[in-house]
Amino acid sequence: MSGGVLLQVDGLLKRFGGLVATDQAQLAVRTGEIHALIGPNGAGKTTLIQQLSGALASDAGRIVFDGADITHLSMHERVHRGLARSYQITSIFKRLSVLDNVALALQAREGSSFSFWRTARSEHRRYAQAAAVLARVGLGEQLQQQAGALSHGQQRQLEVGIALATHPKLLLLDEPMAGMGAEETERMVSLLQSLRGQTTMLLVEHDMDAVFRLADTISVLVSGRVIASGTLQYIREHAEVRRAYLGDDFEVPA
Amino acid sequence: MAETPLDSATPRRGLLDPALSLRWSVPLLAVLLAFPFLAPLVGGDFYLGLAARILIFALAATSLNLILGFGGMVSFGHAAFIGVGAYTVGVLAQAGIDSAWIVWPAAMLVAALFAGVIGAISLRTQGVYFIMITLAFAQMLYYLAVSFKAYGGDDGLPLPGRSQLGLGLDLADDRTFYYATLLLATLALILVWRLLNARFGHVLQAIRENETRMEAIGFAVYRFKLTAFVIAGALAGLAGALLANLGSFVSPSMMQWNQSGLLMVMVILGGVGHLWGGVIGAVVFLLLEEVLSGYTLYWQFLLGAVLLAVVLAAPNGLMSLLRRKDTA
Amino acid sequence: MTGVLILEQALNGLQFGLMLFLLAAGLTLVFGIMDMINLAHGSLYMVGAYLVAAATAASGSFWLGLAAGVAGAALFGVLLELTVLRRLYQRDHLAQVLGTFAILLMCNEAVRFIWGSQPVLLSPPESLAGPVELLPGFYYPAYRLLIIGVGLAVALLLWGLITRTRLGMQVRAGASNREMALAMGTNVRVLFTALFGLGAALCAVAGGMLGPLLAVQVGMGESILILAFVVIVIGGIGSVRGALLGALLVGVVDTAGRTLIPMAFGALLGPEAADNAGPAVASILIYVLMAAVLFWKPKGLFPSHG
Repeated sequence: MSGGVLLQVDGLLKRFGGLVATDQAQLAVRTGEIHALIGPNGAGKTTLIQQLSGALASDAGRIVFDGADITHLSMHERVHRGLARSYQITSIFKRLSVLDNVALALQAREGSSFSFWRTARSEHRRYAQAAAVLARVGLGEQLQQQAGALSHGQQRQLEVGIALATHPKLLLLDEPMAGMGAEETERMVSLLQSLRGQTTMLLVEHDMDAVFRLADTISVLVSGRVIASGTLQYIREHAEVRRAYLGDDFEVPA
Repeated sequence: MAETPLDSATPRRGLLDPALSLRWSVPLLAVLLAFPFLAPLVGGDFYLGLAARILIFALAATSLNLILGFGGMVSFGHAAFIGVGAYTVGVLAQAGIDSAWIVWPAAMLVAALFAGVIGAISLRTQGVYFIMITLAFAQMLYYLAVSFKAYGGDDGLPLPGRSQLGLGLDLADDRTFYYATLLLATLALILVWRLLNARFGHVLQAIRENETRMEAIGFAVYRFKLTAFVIAGALAGLAGALLANLGSFVSPSMMQWNQSGLLMVMVILGGVGHLWGGVIGAVVFLLLEEVLSGYTLYWQFLLGAVLLAVVLAAPNGLMSLLRRKDTA
Repeated sequence: MTGVLILEQALNGLQFGLMLFLLAAGLTLVFGIMDMINLAHGSLYMVGAYLVAAATAASGSFWLGLAAGVAGAALFGVLLELTVLRRLYQRDHLAQVLGTFAILLMCNEAVRFIWGSQPVLLSPPESLAGPVELLPGFYYPAYRLLIIGVGLAVALLLWGLITRTRLGMQVRAGASNREMALAMGTNVRVLFTALFGLGAALCAVAGGMLGPLLAVQVGMGESILILAFVVIVIGGIGSVRGALLGALLVGVVDTAGRTLIPMAFGALLGPEAADNAGPAVASILIYVLMAAVLFWKPKGLFPSHG
């Protein structure tokens, strides 16, 4: 299932004044896998995701994606290379229709948007593609609804759908299950399972149940540093990981 | 713009697709075309000048609405581009060049250049800092214009006459000038309408909705904002060229910050982010100004009162009141 | 000679800067805490100046006039807040621009209606009409020294108010984290009204003090308002400390620039440059200063919000 290394992170560093948020982070994500990034609160998971996606500039270190050094590329350039991100705090276009939300992501992919005369609405193929992506993430019935009117769970699905529409090689998912109930979480897990193999995923999550079901590889981030990386078995038996999670419920459900 | 049949995947027109509202805009255009012939009935050629002035500001306000209402960029220095356009006409007139076919495009080009430079720097900032930097640049241009003693300085520069159109038409004739401004304002509005409905416009409006996400799905946001800023600047430059022609006069006061503020007021009044917002705002504001100043010396008080009433009663500008009527 | 000139310019700059601070302090607090763009702030300055002038003329005493004018302006500010301004807090910035612009227009015309279009005379107190010898051979107007004194005194009072009183604590809390301050039980309505009254009072002091030097006339608020905005952007929105530093910077740069730059141009480039480019460059200087500060510190010198 796993192929070569798609994303290689070496010695990534980020300081905020005196605080070191990302401390020489080391990470390798293999093509085709679902790689989970876990860690206690405040470990710096979102900061790392921001550095990987290009939202935050790193102070030191290297990010190699699909064979190319992308450390200094802007966010939109990384998207064009196939690195997309979904947000922990839902960041969709609330006033636009669900269809438009995804259609915009598709518009970024193909052709120039410095087009000033021809109506965008006339691109039926693009909208059909958007509808297909939305059907994939389970929002096929809500195409014309205003995105802001969706339920929280549906908005999270749209959140992933938008990122998916950019046809990424690697999808950075920042807590996709955030704020979801049991049923919605189940739906999201199925969705991510269905994407297995087609899109490589780096998944930041607190929901351990989901992590254990989905992840091929787990990396543990503590105080900005990856202290362990490997299979579930390996992580469970890792002394430092147990220490970091002391007091947390780290038992795998039967 | 034919309406597409409704079907679940066929895109329905939404927030991103401002409509030209042909139902009432075509009759409006008809009225405007007939206006010079109706004017003598209401009191003469004076109204032609007023109408031309309103059209010029409708053009200017629409150009500001493009970046402010549709792009979410609150520029407090837009009058600077009007001034630049006006001064281009003035400077060229001093040099003996007065063909409208050269001078008006030149005004647009020069304004676009200034917008390019100012935008390139200002768009690196956000929020209130963007507002202040655009204001600062406009003030700098204002003071520069004041210092140009060769071009009149603070007193302004009178022009020998209006631009030459050739073709047997004379812009000195108020009726011809009116039709020229009507044509240009209409073309500009149509251009903006097409632009907003095109890919570019969708991107611009989506940037206003959620800039971070647009960057995150692969759009070079800065480039789009800058392009919109330059286009708006060029249109404002055209308005400036026309304004210079209207009174055959160019003055630094055209680019003062209160002029920028006035433009913003027009856009907000008419409806930020509505295609007709700039037009409606300019029309209402200038007509109010005209009507009220006829009643009392202290007409600005009444104007202020009306504006205040609008702010408190019509939260999203006058256009939103109309829109509420035809949205189900 | 040059030393005296520089000293004089520095004092003038200090004097103007301190008065700018009075305006900027109110503006930055309103913007920082209530998140409201108030274009009518200059109108408070104008109304304050007019009230001081009227009260001085009526009572024959500058000090009485100042006190009465300031009190009247504070009352005006409070009334304005209670009737109109408080409805704008929840609105977006553009609506605030429109609304406060409308108020600006109405204030201008109301003042014109009451006092006419001609500038109104406001005389400094007789005892301070003459110059004072600060250094051997160096004379400086006593009145300007008074302005500096009043400015410093008010700044000190303001500092005391903000650091030592309950109101001040709420102001500081509100400036750094509005939601938190609300959650901790700050009585928002009273606080906002009090802030407006305070801001209006400060504007009136500035207006009244500057009145004898600059003209008291309709529209006097607009030109100084824009300077005040530049000051608070430089200083950092929501920070009174920033407003002070920003105001002093702008005051000194603007005042000294207007004299020294044309002089420098004249010396280096000839009289024509001094006449043409000199004033233009001097006027632009504070904007260049603002751009420079923002380049180095994008949120101003003392950013308040987290």
